[in-house]
Amino acid sequence: PAFGLFIFTIARDPLRIIILIAGAFFWLVSLLLSSLIWFIAVKASDPQDERLQKGLLIFGVMFSVLLQEAFRFLYYKLLRKAIEGLVALSEDGCSPISIQQMAYVAGVGFGLMSGAFSMINLLADALGPGTVGIHGDSQLYFLTSAFMTMVLIFLHTFWGILFFHGCEHRRWWEIAAVVIMHLIVSGSSFCNPLYVGSLVPSYLLMAAAAAWAYLLSGGSAQNLRRFLLCKC
Amino acid sequence: MTELSAHLPQFQHGQLTENFPDTHLSNTNDNSERRRHDNSERRRNDNAESETNGQPQNNVQRVVEQDEEEDEELTLKYGAKHVIMLFVPVTLCMVVVVATIKSVSFYTRKDGQLIYTPFTEETETVGQRALNSILNAAIMISVIIVMTILLVVLYKYRCYKVIHGWLIISSLLLLFFFSFIYLGEVFKTYNVAMDYITVALMIWNFGVVGMICIHWKGPLRLQQAYLIMISALMALVFIKYLPEWTAWLILAVISVYDLVAVLCPKGPLRMLVETAQERNETLFPALIYSSTMVWLVNMAEEDPEAQRKSKNSTYNKQALASQTQNEDAEADDGGFSQEWQQQRDNRIGPIESTPESRAAVQALPSNSQTSEDPEERGVKLGLGDFIFYSVLVGKASATASGDWNTTLACFVAILIGLCLTLLLLAIFKKALPALPISITFGLVFYFATDNLVQPFMDQLAFHQFYI
Repeated sequence: PAFGLFIFTIARDPLRIIILIAGAFFWLVSLLLSSLIWFIAVKASDPQDERLQKGLLIFGVMFSVLLQEAFRFLYYKLLRKAIEGLVALSEDGCSPISIQQMAYVAGVGFGLMSGAFSMINLLADALGPGTVGIHGDSQLYFLTSAFMTMVLIFLHTFWGILFFHGCEHRRWWEIAAVVIMHLIVSGSSFCNPLYVGSLVPSYLLMAAAAAWAYLLSGGSAQNLRRFLLCKC
Repeated sequence: MTELSAHLPQFQHGQLTENFPDTHLSNTNDNSERRRHDNSERRRNDNAESETNGQPQNNVQRVVEQDEEEDEELTLKYGAKHVIMLFVPVTLCMVVVVATIKSVSFYTRKDGQLIYTPFTEETETVGQRALNSILNAAIMISVIIVMTILLVVLYKYRCYKVIHGWLIISSLLLLFFFSFIYLGEVFKTYNVAMDYITVALMIWNFGVVGMICIHWKGPLRLQQAYLIMISALMALVFIKYLPEWTAWLILAVISVYDLVAVLCPKGPLRMLVETAQERNETLFPALIYSSTMVWLVNMAEEDPEAQRKSKNSTYNKQALASQTQNEDAEADDGGFSQEWQQQRDNRIGPIESTPESRAAVQALPSNSQTSEDPEERGVKLGLGDFIFYSVLVGKASATASGDWNTTLACFVAILIGLCLTLLLLAIFKKALPALPISITFGLVFYFATDNLVQPFMDQLAFHQFYI
């Protein structure tokens, strides 16, 4: 689905593609830094202690979430500056791309990169021979991974919109809400392999974020109804 | 590479008046129309006062200013489009290389090394290995430098025939021999039975069409496709025959060399571009990938240079002599120069030439200038750039423990580097090296992802945590 989003909404406009790739780049840098921190922590600790390692991993995840949001903020700043530049350059005095579109594209960029990094090795291994969950792990590993990744990608997209909107209008609580949501989603994934604990809340949160972002972007129930009715 | 601003007007006007009086006229017509159009808009915006004597003068001044502003606006406005026009072929090339590396095992087997890297890396101690790889890289780089200087000298003294022949030989070797090997390996991998006659026919057709497209005229898309294929083949050869540490060292040193060769006043590549501009000739179309078509009437003269540029180094263990020559030819063109030509009339976009070392920089034969769209500006990227980007990504996918993560990271890093380089190009408006920024990003991301991110992601995936 994320790829479909990409093709239908982004691939047309070259500027959006650039913003997308830059978004992915920022996510990557944040991942890099967070894994650096984790790596240092691991090296500095006892590799034999299982609980400690797991604890460190959890710490790494939380830290990474915070870093991701920080980089989202940095990216927002960069895009603001870029918009000013674009406005100055365009012929008719208004920017060829609005900040909301940028928010959307940035969100998709983040999401795609995060999804790709989560899934792609899994997919490559899935092509090869093997049995899922042979050692007593869950047999639904691939399925749940796929769903979780998808929900994360969508969430990133919506978070992008919400985050940028919050920054635009100086509503700090919106930004805080995004960060907290992200933390909750990541935290819920700690319940794995008790999948009901992680997938269900994530999907609920995604629905909530989707509705919120839709409202923020100027949609409403009426628009939705008209859109659905007109189509059929 | 060169100071374009001074040379550009002569260059462009010279070319245009010689070859395309029609084009020139149509361009100026369009330009004047646009000016008039904008002018009228402004007048309307000024709340239509009665025209006084002062106003025509103001209009004239405004026209001049508008022109400059519009020039810049249009340039930067098309910047995004051009970036995408370069993204697509670079991506395609990388995809081809990665796909081949992943599926055809021939290119990851160690079957020996090139003659240019005589020191082996299978040594007992780490120190010995490091020393060997440094020596290898040094030898390779000096070969490239010598080739570059040789090419510049040949060009300066107008030994076009030599360069012409050089390039043709390289193209021939690359198009026929390497694709034959490639095809053979692909067939072996997929266990496809094929007789020699069919193969001979296919290779013959492929090669001949390739030669025609690259060195003479042909549809733009086909030209671009051939250039991409050539670059991919060359990159695959590099990946196969260069040992690990040597490859990374070479990549690093090449970027530095590129930077130096293009930007220093005495750099060979810069001299090359300057000489080409003085003579009002296109700069080695053979080794350059361009995104638009530029038809030039005096193609015959440019072809030799182009061909020279394109055919470099077939890295064959056996044919050393010809290879040496080829490599040199290619090494010269290396220095990625990006020239951003501002003139409206000029359709030639930034030209990037790549260092020769990238073997098969196929000359993009005389890009054709079409007269339909005066705003169409192409962007040029040297083929060596393609090759080295693909080498980086291919090596990443072949030898990284992080596998796809690392490949993806390097890919994004290179694209971002390309973006930045094009941005710099738009700002500085002169020939720029395209390698350093992208390769630096790529290298940093490769090593970082391989060593830092990979363990992290592995642990996360194991526990199925999500960040």
